[in-house]
Amino acid sequence: MDKHSLVVIGGGPAGMAAAIAAKKDGIDDIVIYERDAQLGGILNQCIHNGFGLHTFKEELTGPEYAERFSKQVISLGIKYETGSMVLSISRDKEITVVSRENGLRTVQADAVVLAMGCRERPRGALNIPGTRPQGIYTAGTAQKLVNCEGWVPGREIVILGSGDIGLIMARRMTLEGVRVKLVAELMPYSGGLKRNIVQCLDDYGIPLRLSHTVIDVKGKRKLEGVTIAEVDSGGKPIQGTEEYYPCDTLLLSCGLIPENELTLGAGVTINSVTNGPFVDDTLQTDVPGIFACGNVLHVHDLVDFVSEESGRAGHNAADYIKNNGCKANSAKIVTVCVGNGVRYTVPSTIDVGNASENIHLRFRVRGVYKGSAIVVRSGEHELLRKKKKIMVPSEMEDVIIKPGLLEDVSEISVAIEEGTV
Amino acid sequence: MIRNMICIGCPMGCDLTVEVESGRAVSVSGNSCAVGKRYAETEVSSPTRMVTSTAKTADGKPVPVKTRIPVPKDKIFDVIAAIKSVIVTLPVSVGDVVIENAAGTGVEIVATASFS
Repeated sequence: MDKHSLVVIGGGPAGMAAAIAAKKDGIDDIVIYERDAQLGGILNQCIHNGFGLHTFKEELTGPEYAERFSKQVISLGIKYETGSMVLSISRDKEITVVSRENGLRTVQADAVVLAMGCRERPRGALNIPGTRPQGIYTAGTAQKLVNCEGWVPGREIVILGSGDIGLIMARRMTLEGVRVKLVAELMPYSGGLKRNIVQCLDDYGIPLRLSHTVIDVKGKRKLEGVTIAEVDSGGKPIQGTEEYYPCDTLLLSCGLIPENELTLGAGVTINSVTNGPFVDDTLQTDVPGIFACGNVLHVHDLVDFVSEESGRAGHNAADYIKNNGCKANSAKIVTVCVGNGVRYTVPSTIDVGNASENIHLRFRVRGVYKGSAIVVRSGEHELLRKKKKIMVPSEMEDVIIKPGLLEDVSEISVAIEEGTV
Repeated sequence: MIRNMICIGCPMGCDLTVEVESGRAVSVSGNSCAVGKRYAETEVSSPTRMVTSTAKTADGKPVPVKTRIPVPKDKIFDVIAAIKSVIVTLPVSVGDVVIENAAGTGVEIVATASFS
């Protein structure tokens, strides 16, 4: 059986950043498995700009951002195998991978970085009533068809869900000559970034209808139209608000789900809120030597944060390999609890014994909070307070904790204190 | 006149308040950085946008492209038409100029991915 020090699963932004960091830390025997034909992951189909402001201090398109990293992978001599799909990972870090060139193989890794990303919530998971005609796509599928295959689905479309991919596709389809009739969003707030509402919808006069959803799909073989209705605060359609929109295409931008089938197979415990693994501050899962980063861990808004986080995962995986899987004197684990208004935190535990650097606590809030504060406490004792003008569920929050603050602490909580600013 | 707008300079999306006099911004507030001030000033006098799209090779393969710098907002569809009218020859690398002067804007269209 082939052996590698580090196997990285997924050659998107997370996998590339992790591999680069581990290589720079002196780990030579690395392999990245990527199931697509090239490195870059989903960035290759994200041809719009807006990537890289944090990492490169300039605005790049997705393919440009990906190439900055893939060039480093190549110049550092990191081995990568495209067209290679990992089928399973065992708890002992035995990886089964299949490819056209090499058939089915099993390789043994000292450490694994999970960087498989996420996938879109499909129609089947949305419970939309009506028929099942051709013409219903997830926004990302349409994005791949338009940007990578050169094929534009539809002439008149409706978009359900205001996630960033849906907003970006509203503009992209408009520029391709498609009529985008409206974007309907079930929640009373947008699921995407404010800048995307402005530059993708407002610029082109595309209406965004908040608290609206699709309540019926019409068409036997081919989509003919959808019925949109307003919903009450419980998400129930309000009678009398129904409006019929003829269209040949419905795009769905209704959330992303980390792709963790391999993770589950390895016996890693999954957080039911994020659908990603529980990790400590080193981004290690509860199976020693298996690390996770990027959208497989929790869905990010910005690739820059994926790259930063994944660099840490690669660095920590390198430390694990150098220490032969033995942790230095760790004994002190701090549990991170979610308090008022916080859906989850990553990490969920902090190994204070080993934490030398500042600890990033990333999380999402449950609703819209104006003039509020993020408060980190240990019991009654306040460790940190960060004022925020506005917090929304669509934007990830990030607080940095100095390990020194956690010396005599066994549990901390992160909460939103409403309207205190 | 007061105009409210959301800055598109970065994902923060600051709410800007702009005091406008005869088509020019005389004061900007709500911004967190210089990008916001510049955005507000341009947005009230002559709004611009980056344009990204795909051009095609002779056999129909899409090649992602962008305007090197933002173009006037009212030229977006002209720029798109110009991109649709060219054929990209391979190989192409990131930054290669695909069109030198898109729709009379004086702005270059460059490739944003490399294909051999």
